[in-house]
Amino acid sequence: MQTSTTATRGTRDSRRHTPKADMSGVYQRAIRESFVKLDPRIVVRNPVMFIVWVGTIVTLLVTIDPNLFGTVSADAGNQRLLNGLITLILFLTVLFANFAEAVAEGRGKAQADSLRSTRSDTVARKLLPNGSIQEVSSTELRRGDQVQVVAGDMIPADGEVVRGIASVDESAITGESAPVLKQPGTDISSSVTGGTRILSDELIINVTSDPGQGFIDRMIALVEGAERTKTPNEIALTVLLTVLTLVFLIVVATVSPLANYVEAPTTIAILISLLVALIPTTIGGLLSAIGIAGMDRVAQFNVIATSGRAVEACGDVNTLVLDKTGTITLGNRLADEFIPVNGHSVEELAQVALAASVFDETPEGKSIVQLAEREYQAKVGFDRSTAEGVEFSARTRMSGTDLPNGREIRKGAVDAVKGFVRSRGGKIPAEIDEAYARVSRLGGTPLAVCQDGEMYGVIYLKDIVKAGLRERFDQLRRMGVKTIMLTGDNAITASVIAQEAGVDDFIAEATPEDKIDVIRREQNEGKLVAMTGDGTNDAPALAQANVGVAMNSGTQAAKEAANMVDLDSDPTKLIDLVAIGKQLLITRGALTTFSIANDIAKYFAIIPTIFAAAGIGALNIMGLKSPQSAIISALIYNALIIPALIPLALKGVQFRPLTANQLLRRNILIYGVGGVIAPFIAIKLIDLIIPFS
Amino acid sequence: MLQGWIQIGLTLLILVAITPLFGGYMARVYQEEKTFFDRILNPLDRLLYSAIGVQPKENMTGWQYARAAISSNIVMALLIFFLIMNQGWLPLNPTRVPAPTWDTALHTTISFITNTNQQHYSGETYLSYGSQMLGLGYHMFTSAATGLAVGIAFIRGLTGKPLGNFYVDLIRSITRILLPISIVGAIALLAAGVPETLAGVVVVPTLEDPAVSQAIARGPVAHYEFIKELGENGGGFFAINSAHPFENPNGFTNLVQLVAILSVPSSLIYTYGVFANNIKQALLVYLIPLSILVGFVILTAIAEYNGNPAVNALLNVDQAPNLEGKEVRFGWAQSALYAVITTASMCGAINSLHDSFMPNGGFATLSNMFLQIVFGGQGTGTAYLFAYLLLAVFVTGLMVGRTPEFLGRKIEKREVVLASFLILLVHPIAILIPGAITMAFPDQLSGISNPGFHGLSQVMYEYASAAANNGSGFEGLGDSQPSPIAIAGGAETSTTALWWNLSTCFSLLAGRYIPIVSLLLLADGLSRKQPVPETVGTLRTDTGLFTGVTAGVILILGALTFFPILALGPIAEAFLISRGIG
Amino acid sequence: MSFAREASRAVRSTLALWVLTAMLYPLLMLAIGQIVFPYQANGSLIRNAQNEVVGSALIGQPFTSDRYFNSRPSTSSYSTADPAADEGRVLQTGVSGASNLAPSNVALLDRIRGKGDPDPEQAIEGEIPRLQQAGIQPTADLVYTSGSSLDPHITPAGAAAQINRVATARGLQPNQLEDLIRQNTDGRFLGIFGEPGVNVLKLNLALDTL
Repeated sequence: MQTSTTATRGTRDSRRHTPKADMSGVYQRAIRESFVKLDPRIVVRNPVMFIVWVGTIVTLLVTIDPNLFGTVSADAGNQRLLNGLITLILFLTVLFANFAEAVAEGRGKAQADSLRSTRSDTVARKLLPNGSIQEVSSTELRRGDQVQVVAGDMIPADGEVVRGIASVDESAITGESAPVLKQPGTDISSSVTGGTRILSDELIINVTSDPGQGFIDRMIALVEGAERTKTPNEIALTVLLTVLTLVFLIVVATVSPLANYVEAPTTIAILISLLVALIPTTIGGLLSAIGIAGMDRVAQFNVIATSGRAVEACGDVNTLVLDKTGTITLGNRLADEFIPVNGHSVEELAQVALAASVFDETPEGKSIVQLAEREYQAKVGFDRSTAEGVEFSARTRMSGTDLPNGREIRKGAVDAVKGFVRSRGGKIPAEIDEAYARVSRLGGTPLAVCQDGEMYGVIYLKDIVKAGLRERFDQLRRMGVKTIMLTGDNAITASVIAQEAGVDDFIAEATPEDKIDVIRREQNEGKLVAMTGDGTNDAPALAQANVGVAMNSGTQAAKEAANMVDLDSDPTKLIDLVAIGKQLLITRGALTTFSIANDIAKYFAIIPTIFAAAGIGALNIMGLKSPQSAIISALIYNALIIPALIPLALKGVQFRPLTANQLLRRNILIYGVGGVIAPFIAIKLIDLIIPFS
Repeated sequence: MLQGWIQIGLTLLILVAITPLFGGYMARVYQEEKTFFDRILNPLDRLLYSAIGVQPKENMTGWQYARAAISSNIVMALLIFFLIMNQGWLPLNPTRVPAPTWDTALHTTISFITNTNQQHYSGETYLSYGSQMLGLGYHMFTSAATGLAVGIAFIRGLTGKPLGNFYVDLIRSITRILLPISIVGAIALLAAGVPETLAGVVVVPTLEDPAVSQAIARGPVAHYEFIKELGENGGGFFAINSAHPFENPNGFTNLVQLVAILSVPSSLIYTYGVFANNIKQALLVYLIPLSILVGFVILTAIAEYNGNPAVNALLNVDQAPNLEGKEVRFGWAQSALYAVITTASMCGAINSLHDSFMPNGGFATLSNMFLQIVFGGQGTGTAYLFAYLLLAVFVTGLMVGRTPEFLGRKIEKREVVLASFLILLVHPIAILIPGAITMAFPDQLSGISNPGFHGLSQVMYEYASAAANNGSGFEGLGDSQPSPIAIAGGAETSTTALWWNLSTCFSLLAGRYIPIVSLLLLADGLSRKQPVPETVGTLRTDTGLFTGVTAGVILILGALTFFPILALGPIAEAFLISRGIG
Repeated sequence: MSFAREASRAVRSTLALWVLTAMLYPLLMLAIGQIVFPYQANGSLIRNAQNEVVGSALIGQPFTSDRYFNSRPSTSSYSTADPAADEGRVLQTGVSGASNLAPSNVALLDRIRGKGDPDPEQAIEGEIPRLQQAGIQPTADLVYTSGSSLDPHITPAGAAAQINRVATARGLQPNQLEDLIRQNTDGRFLGIFGEPGVNVLKLNLALDTL
């Protein structure tokens, strides 16, 4: 978890955009794209805009010949001008909607381009079964092949390190310039990604992906939006918008005979204008841009989501399952105090603790060495080269040192060490439990230390809760999101940390299986669960969770099981992802509400003026100049509101961590009530400005 | 004037007051809890279950429920069609009425099986006592009970319970609700003067000119009259419905009828509250239709009180109530109240002629039928109201940053498809399309009696009434075939009547069975969803804020669709009258 | 569920509920009506001293002469016809119905104010000219047709407007008539619901017994 220290604070803005996309030219490209997207085969995917597009063609026809569908007016010239204007505005409406989508896509495209530049073909040294090396193109590598890479090489494909230790520059995907150490066997740092560069030494790598399916390939596809499918929510909304469009199609199509009956006939161009004004073009034009922008916001945040569905699900998350270590507390617990027992002095304990930790490369082990040497001047009293380090394992839950003289020094979980002492025929002093309890009460982790059957005491490892987390958990609680902390610590320690950090619940002495159990339990209550993980044994839980975020530093298995990968490997980002998901949904809802609320004003602008012959002119409460001016004004508003709202669609509605009711009140006021009022003002203003009588 | 408002206010107060009592009772009935009549009714229920072959505990899926509803309705319809087509020789025909034309019989059958009771016939001259009592009166129970059953199944699904069994709900609706109340209500009407006899017409010489005779039509009216109101059927025994002095002789019967009409749909909202264990939400939701209803009553009553300015000028007064098509005993207040309540509730009975109302009345009655939720139809009105709530949850619920949910159940694609189709699309299809066809060929198809804007309102009213399963008419259309007696006397059948009979059949069926199936599938899907626990992040739907939002959604999505019709119909007519006519 | 079972349930439910709601229920009500409320159940018929039916207390009759209080205009002339010339077969079944004229319809105004026409067939006398000719100050109920065309009532104001005319024709004191009107006025239910109406048939029957 080498990067976890970098990301404790940090708002979205302070994080790097990676890889750096070249944003210049996005707009030029978007304008070009807007025209490409006029292809009916593309427009038809958006039913609302398709209707507008068809309407444009019909109005174009009646511009060419106003009397195409029966004589409407003796004054064909005037009619042609009006129809021409309507055609132009409708055309712009479609174009604006295309532009919104193109701009949203543009960012991703730019990012994809810079990624693609890293994915050039390289020559790979493939190890043949007979041990010889064959040079092949990287595109010929298949899953299961073994390759050798040496300093300066581009790693040709995703894979697992099987031999060697080397430092690798992964900045191409993470933006982090400090090289990362890669070696076999360790869960975390044995996976390498194609396109990154090896800086020193050499590695033998077992290829884990076929060409075109590597991590970078998938990233390119994702940011580019090539694999973008509509999310469930977007589909449901599209259904509603399609139904509304159909409804208004029926309304407008049937109004003509009615108007003729009451001797207030109207023209087809005006009916099409009415239709376009009434159907939800605003949200229809911006809907896909909102979705793309949501994915993009996640990407800017240096998280790669495998699907929009996952981003959307973030907003719905009810429960966050968080590992204590690395997420809630700093990854490293530091030795803070030695508590001797059995009549040993603190110096003796320091001496033994130091001996137990000399081979321990973990931050905890190093902090023990530091504390013993600095505070108690302890010295290593044996020859390191003949002593043997005992690695920590999940089974023994101890580590230590076997001295040349045959003595076995151990440190580890108190229970485990107690067991060890008993097995060597030693006694367990009662003080050990007191010390254990004391450390636990402080929220620390107690490590017992012994030499053979002799218990020496307890090391107090202090856990440090990351700054600012408490406030974020409070925010989450206000949004109705519950946090559960998972820790291998005992219940007392866990509860102290839980309280200090402000999480809602915790599971102590948790095993990897507990992780999946807690997720299932929450899901059985109907909740959506998000979690982060990095190890291979996290993979099942990541797959089970509704939102599983794998750390980029994690194993290939974890990354494949998750639906998001955090390139910064910062577990606290989960909290930001919840906000991004909510923001996406809010933006969609707000613009839908706005779009539908606009209809009132458009009705009042158009209906009274076009049916003025029916004597309902008094309904023209806006006092618009003329039927022509009313229609043109409403259509201009209708068209301009799309580009006007593009920034909002791309940036998202500002999200505040409020309760649902507060959010609803606020957004209804802005987008609902505002959506009713705004067009009245805007249409009136346009009517005043345009020189149409 | 004040007196009129007092009676309106008191009537509405009575309606509101019985809501919790009756709603609570219905909840007990459908949750199979103990009720007052159990000792007599339990054996009756068991007898009926075994006669039908239904296991009372058997739950149905939405699709099974819908199939049971539709298949039983088809058989019931066949029975009534047979009765009407053969009334000429069947018993109980003291007025010797032959069978009507096939299209009249078909329209009448479909109109009654859909709980609409749109009448393209006159009770006196088209139908025998037998057809009315054994046929139409029968459907008044079953179509109302079908609606109630569907409404209850919807409420069950919405609140996460199994949908229940159609036949059990059908039977319990009749034996626990419709039948016992009808017996009491019919006796009250009888006592107040509504006839109940199998004897035929009385012909008497008139007092002023004994050379001229008066025919006093009678019949088994009282029992028919009450279920007509309680089941929100609305099909009168006599041509002129509850304006007829035998159907509705005085202020007492009028009050009884108004209460009966609105009691089931308004109380069912309370029943929902019991099922959902959230009375607060039920009461808040109740405020939506109640406030629309009150608004429409005021709008209508003011105009009827002030009267027709053109006639007032002829009478040399500033104000005289518009009594055209109204009975003296009801006056402007009870007539306006009745018109709004009967169109709000999809009953469709009338005690005055809506065609002759001032445009305000046309606006209110048309809007009621477009909305269908101002308490709305038997069972279906409440279901529509909650379908609107689902849509409001979907449209605005996103704004709290979660996938919208109602009662802990996510509103997803399937729900949006069914709800939006149901409440947004069926109505325009069933009203606007046939309406536009008729208006495109007014001379050939409609036979409109009033010119201009009002004629447009007449046509759209007819289809709105059919699609909303209301049944009242603006009338004044060439929608009736000549009576069988006239045909026997050599009258020609009419093409406009054929068009009306068949085209409204389309609206009737579309307005009834598409929603029934959609509602049941919607409820079925919701009941199967895993509920999401409520947190502070959940949008609460039982707040005043959300209720207001729902009202806004109803206004924009439900009402604005029909704004062009309202603008070209009653609104244009109102401007015309204010400018002065003829 | 099999189609046969579905259909069988549909048929059986149809028949079982038919017996209950279309036979047993009406029979019960017929029995109660005929036994407990025979007067109302048979149409509230009014009989004269000879026990002959002269009308119904709930159904109006046409009156236009100056010897009687006039009733409201009716589109079906109160379901009356000349038995010798009843082409419409009105007397076979009885009828009811309304004008269905919209407030914006000129035909409504023409009916009320009258319309001259060279063709006497096309000319309309008009309610107001008719009433004015008869010396009656027109009231709304007397110019508008009723809903049922059988309305038994006129408003107290409509009755009061006719007192002088009837009193003159019959040689009675107006205050006698006022008493009669009061006796034959049906009030509101509980003094609240509905509008008071003067029952024209009962009033005129009472007039004849004076």
